[in-house]
Amino acid sequence: MTATVPPPGTKGSLRRRLWRLAETVTTPVLPGDYLDLVAPLRAGADLRGRIVAVRPETPDAATVLIQPGRSWRGHLPGQYVRLGVDVDGVRQWRAYSVTSAPGRRSDPISVTVKAIPDGVVSNHLVRRVRPGTIVQLDQARGDFVLPESVPSRVLFLTAGSGITPVAGMLRGGALAGSDVVLIHSAPTPADVVFGAELRDLAARGVIRLVERHTEIDGLLDVAELDALVPDHLERETWACGPLGLLDAVEQHWAARGHADRLHTERFRPTIITAGDGGTVTFTRSSVTVQATGATPLLDAGENAGVLMPSGCRMGICFGCVLPLRQGAVRDLRNGQLTTALPGDGVRVQTCVSAAAGPCELEI
Amino acid sequence: MTVIQNKADNPIAHLSAEDIENLGKELDAIRERVINDRGERDAAYIRKVISTQRKLEVSSRVVLLFSLFPPAWIVGTAGLAVAKILENMEIGHNVLHGQWDWMRDPKIHSTAWEWDHATPAEQWKQSHNELHHRYTNVVGKDNDLGYGIMRVDEDQPWHPAYLGQPFYNFVNACFFEYGVAAYDLDLGQKLKNGGHKDPVFRAQLRAAGRKIRRQVLKDYLLFPLLSGPSFFHTMAANFTANLIRNLWSHSVIMCGHFPEGVETFSKTSIEGETRGEWYLRQMLGSANISGSRLMHIMTGNLSYQIEHHLYPDLPSNRYQEIAPEVRALFDRYGLKYTTGSLPRQVFSAWKKVFRLSLPNRRRPEISEDRPTPTLVAAGT
Repeated sequence: MTATVPPPGTKGSLRRRLWRLAETVTTPVLPGDYLDLVAPLRAGADLRGRIVAVRPETPDAATVLIQPGRSWRGHLPGQYVRLGVDVDGVRQWRAYSVTSAPGRRSDPISVTVKAIPDGVVSNHLVRRVRPGTIVQLDQARGDFVLPESVPSRVLFLTAGSGITPVAGMLRGGALAGSDVVLIHSAPTPADVVFGAELRDLAARGVIRLVERHTEIDGLLDVAELDALVPDHLERETWACGPLGLLDAVEQHWAARGHADRLHTERFRPTIITAGDGGTVTFTRSSVTVQATGATPLLDAGENAGVLMPSGCRMGICFGCVLPLRQGAVRDLRNGQLTTALPGDGVRVQTCVSAAAGPCELEI
Repeated sequence: MTVIQNKADNPIAHLSAEDIENLGKELDAIRERVINDRGERDAAYIRKVISTQRKLEVSSRVVLLFSLFPPAWIVGTAGLAVAKILENMEIGHNVLHGQWDWMRDPKIHSTAWEWDHATPAEQWKQSHNELHHRYTNVVGKDNDLGYGIMRVDEDQPWHPAYLGQPFYNFVNACFFEYGVAAYDLDLGQKLKNGGHKDPVFRAQLRAAGRKIRRQVLKDYLLFPLLSGPSFFHTMAANFTANLIRNLWSHSVIMCGHFPEGVETFSKTSIEGETRGEWYLRQMLGSANISGSRLMHIMTGNLSYQIEHHLYPDLPSNRYQEIAPEVRALFDRYGLKYTTGSLPRQVFSAWKKVFRLSLPNRRRPEISEDRPTPTLVAAGT
């Protein structure tokens, strides 16, 4: 925390100098560490947001309204935002599509979360989080967005929470003059997130809505598309949903020679499955080795010639801690599993952790 | 205090190797339970302590801008001293131990934390976490035993220079943060054996120099300047706050390993040490301080030194909770749980500093090379 961060609004050397002076006064921490106590959402602070409200959508989905900090740069409809939420004291990062229409930068944004079974973050956000909670944010990202010149004929193909980025686009208003078809799958009518709003759009003729209730009618087969939307291959198509659907859709569009008209969004598809041992990559050293489930990552790195930081080698000194970029490791003392995806900011003690599947360490 | 294996009444003679391993398993179970239970309550605790400390520090520094007025000087100095103690003990020491790494908050992480102390966090972590906690109370390996300037064990050979150790100890207490910085650099040894030309050492020396410069600049120039007409009063207040912090942390730390009843170990005894034996050494090599909840927080819960040494990476707020269970284990295994009030333990530690400044009475010198039984052999 001693690193010098660019001061808020780097213009003006006087301001910069004052900030430097403030740093020498607050050393060993930063002026911002004090300011965070009173103004966590101020300009120049790490991007955070305050939860304003949580509104239930379906029995297992809710919309979370977040007031982003002053550094928020806005979003395009269809983009996602990464949220860092403290669940049971542990910071967990997840990506969610922004479902609110782009507004002024000071407006609250919303994400809509579906609680998945055993989902640590989704259940917390849907059922437990309270307004007033501060969450960590990242700027909006993602290229699952409408082009600048909006196509005249559009097809959205969604399932489950895959509706969320599309809801952002529908609410954005850019599709006002277009012919829009939405085919959406959900187990039952009550499970359709934004069901009432979508049905209202359809009733007013803004979109054509095809609801597929999979508990009654079974999963959608891509072969049915010819009958449901005969001109679907001529439409610019955005698809978002479970992997099975996306794979089938991609094959279908590719087989018919129209892959260029299809845009897909895969939600957190990387599921880390834990095994026993695995390939360990030391990313900065560009070294990859095979390690057993009993070999500490520290030993694996040292044996491969990586300059590993180390200390007591028994798990007490924390001198060997490195960022686990992604993958799964197991604590050799108690078998506890730790998994990480890029951006999760997980650090592990290499002297008491072994590979539990492929993993990447930043060194 | 004598290396445990040389004692006439070896306090672990009644334990078999199997007993020691079972003890280790029971201690592991306590650790496991805390780890599985740790969560929101603990996270809220450390955030609350950090926020309280920062608010106290800011308000004390603001009050000291008017330190020309005696009441402001007294209130500001007292507040700043408490803020500095909290920052070093309950926050800095424990964050740097990785006790809060599990929260995955980059702002409260052992790899990113820096503290209000002369020694850079990086260097302290090496000498404290890696050496002291691993080699706790092993004569010749754990330099925390006397900080390399004092004789605190009958088994350390006497030298006339030790006659002055009550004085050195007092000076070290007053300027403890600089003593720790020098100690983390292994400055004495490095200067003696020419290691000061080592590039690694030189880099560390520069880092420590930069850290000390920033610390001194803040406390003895910038804040006094901001105080305008109160310049010298603020300077004196900051010096006093640092002095109080130094005396306090020195006292707490002396109580951790120096009072009567704490055991030391020979280098040979830790060869091939098992997990159970490591735990046993931590149990016998540490001493607690009894007192109020506030006192425990002000010591950074190092008043639970025994629990801290058994589990250096568990959140400090948990030591108090597991202490009764740990103590029950001591009783069951027939081991001595050393504890006492702060004045009593400080007196006990100082008494030893005075006593050992003189050569041993009665007992003959025991040389380090003398073969000593290992912990296991002692029990079998």
